[in-house]
Amino acid sequence: MTTPTPAVAVDQSLLYPSPYKEFWQAFSKNKGAVAGLLFMLLVVFCALFAPWVAPHDPSEQFRDALLTPPSWLEGGQWQYLLGTDELGRDLLSRLIHGSRLSLLIGLSSVVMSLIPGILLGLLAGFFPRIMGPSIMRLMDVMLALPSLLLAVAIVAILGPGLINTVIAIAVVSLPSYVRLTRAAVMGELNRDYVTAARLAGASLPRLMFVTVLPNCMAPLIVQATLSFSSAILDAAALGFLGLGVQPPTPEWGTMLASARDYIERAWWVVSLPGLTILLSVLAINLMGDGLRDALDPKLKNAA
Amino acid sequence: MLSFIARRLGLLIPTFFGITLLTFALIRLIPGDPVEVMMGERRVDPEMHAQAMERLGLNKPLYAQYIDYVGKLAHGDLGESLRTRTSVWSEFKSLFPATLELSIAALIFAGVFGLLAGVIAALKRGSLFDHGVMGISLAGYSMPIFWWGLILIMFFSVSLGWTPVSGRIDLLYDIEPRTGFMLIDTLFSDDEGAWLDALRHLILPSIVLGTIPLAVIARMTRSSMLEVLREDYVRTARAKGLSPARVVFVHGLRNALIPVLTVFGLQTGTLLAGAVLTETIFSWPGIGKWLIEAIGARDYPVVQNGILLIACLVILVNFVVDILYGLANPRIRHQR
Repeated sequence: MTTPTPAVAVDQSLLYPSPYKEFWQAFSKNKGAVAGLLFMLLVVFCALFAPWVAPHDPSEQFRDALLTPPSWLEGGQWQYLLGTDELGRDLLSRLIHGSRLSLLIGLSSVVMSLIPGILLGLLAGFFPRIMGPSIMRLMDVMLALPSLLLAVAIVAILGPGLINTVIAIAVVSLPSYVRLTRAAVMGELNRDYVTAARLAGASLPRLMFVTVLPNCMAPLIVQATLSFSSAILDAAALGFLGLGVQPPTPEWGTMLASARDYIERAWWVVSLPGLTILLSVLAINLMGDGLRDALDPKLKNAA
Repeated sequence: MLSFIARRLGLLIPTFFGITLLTFALIRLIPGDPVEVMMGERRVDPEMHAQAMERLGLNKPLYAQYIDYVGKLAHGDLGESLRTRTSVWSEFKSLFPATLELSIAALIFAGVFGLLAGVIAALKRGSLFDHGVMGISLAGYSMPIFWWGLILIMFFSVSLGWTPVSGRIDLLYDIEPRTGFMLIDTLFSDDEGAWLDALRHLILPSIVLGTIPLAVIARMTRSSMLEVLREDYVRTARAKGLSPARVVFVHGLRNALIPVLTVFGLQTGTLLAGAVLTETIFSWPGIGKWLIEAIGARDYPVVQNGILLIACLVILVNFVVDILYGLANPRIRHQR
């Protein structure tokens, strides 16, 4: 039997706003978050189109222009907008190419810890007898070590490099996902809709991934944003300690480490990479704050 | 209260064993043969190799190796450094005061300014000062402190020449280590300028190390203060006609401090991780620099047990904070 569709014009303003629109309204109220988003869009653009955006090749050495100051200063040249480093490489180009690495490390380490983190958290929440506590004990152990230190230890064992940096950071940020997922799952499990799904005969995987998980996503999205920024920070710190991505790859932290020797002569090779790190991390944290306010109003005053 | 402490202590034991498993596993995870890695690049002749395996107990099954490891730890044997042949524990003991002094200075800096900024921001909510404090603390929270250190050195040490670039004290002074705390040891010294010199060495590193805790404490104090100021007892205190300062600092801040206390505990980890970076930048002879140098030199006993000691330290501090928290808030104490 078909029911004829009513031919009444629906007043759009009376409808409940779509979740996306509602989210955007809440998010865009936070000016800092929008500013952070805009800055990050710029960084993402630079990272995606680095070879076309950057004025020079990041590893090309202009031997006659070592340590050229930024263009607006005395002695600066317009072709090297932000100046050159100790080997005559264009700083702006290196920063732009560096954004690729930072975003890549951030993104892959978040994915690599988010997925196992959610799985472990779901298991811990669904099996609160034996598996839950043992998983949580393990996470407590990992939390007992300062994150950077654990990352340093892992890299010390695996050896420095891009992939090992990603692994180290992913391992380090795992516990917070597990804890968050478990806490959210425990909160949802007593709800009526879960009981209803159980009674309807939903299988365990279905209960986990289709019924419960989507309702636990808000804090996880916020945490993913925040751990994205700390991944960038930790990767740069590892690079700075000489344990991360190795030179001559233009990684921001690695650039800082090699700039240390020129601290008395060339402020720009020291200041600019760090400033880029600070601004990116700040932008992501601002976005994270906005996301938290928009997605998870309960947490608004929590931190 | 005693049963509360006992319960918390009971939770520590599995965590401790977990940590030993972790540090034990660290060495097993080295790709390839640990003996070859420790002996370096040159080829090891098979007999020496077997001897080294025997000496390090690496030819036994894994579970036996772990039992050996924990047994040694139980006897206080943390092994010896491959480079200096001194025991890991004595190296840690001699370097730790430097890190502790730096951390205490950083926490004092962060605590004083963080609390002050947080309280004023909460009192003047929505003002320019409030926005300023929140903005700066967000920036502080996002700060790559290794870069922040370099910038401060560039400005205060290189350009202005106000503070020294590195180390704990000028090489001119010969200070006998009594307590390991430079600021105390220099007081016993005959040199007049030694104490001031030690202080000048301490300022920049403690600002750098204190930056992130400062930001966190300021934010936390502000939000917790805002919450407390809305409470009925604060209104009552105001209505009784108490002076505003008494209301804010005695009725307000005292209660607002409870969550801030936890943050202090949580910051220990941040501080120790930050110490690794800060000590590297300022050549500060503490455990952070020691650990990084050990990693560079593949000095695995130092790496393994240095990490174990730091983890124990973090656990211990969190335990103490837990207890303090229980003292300050009876509701926590009686929770099951």
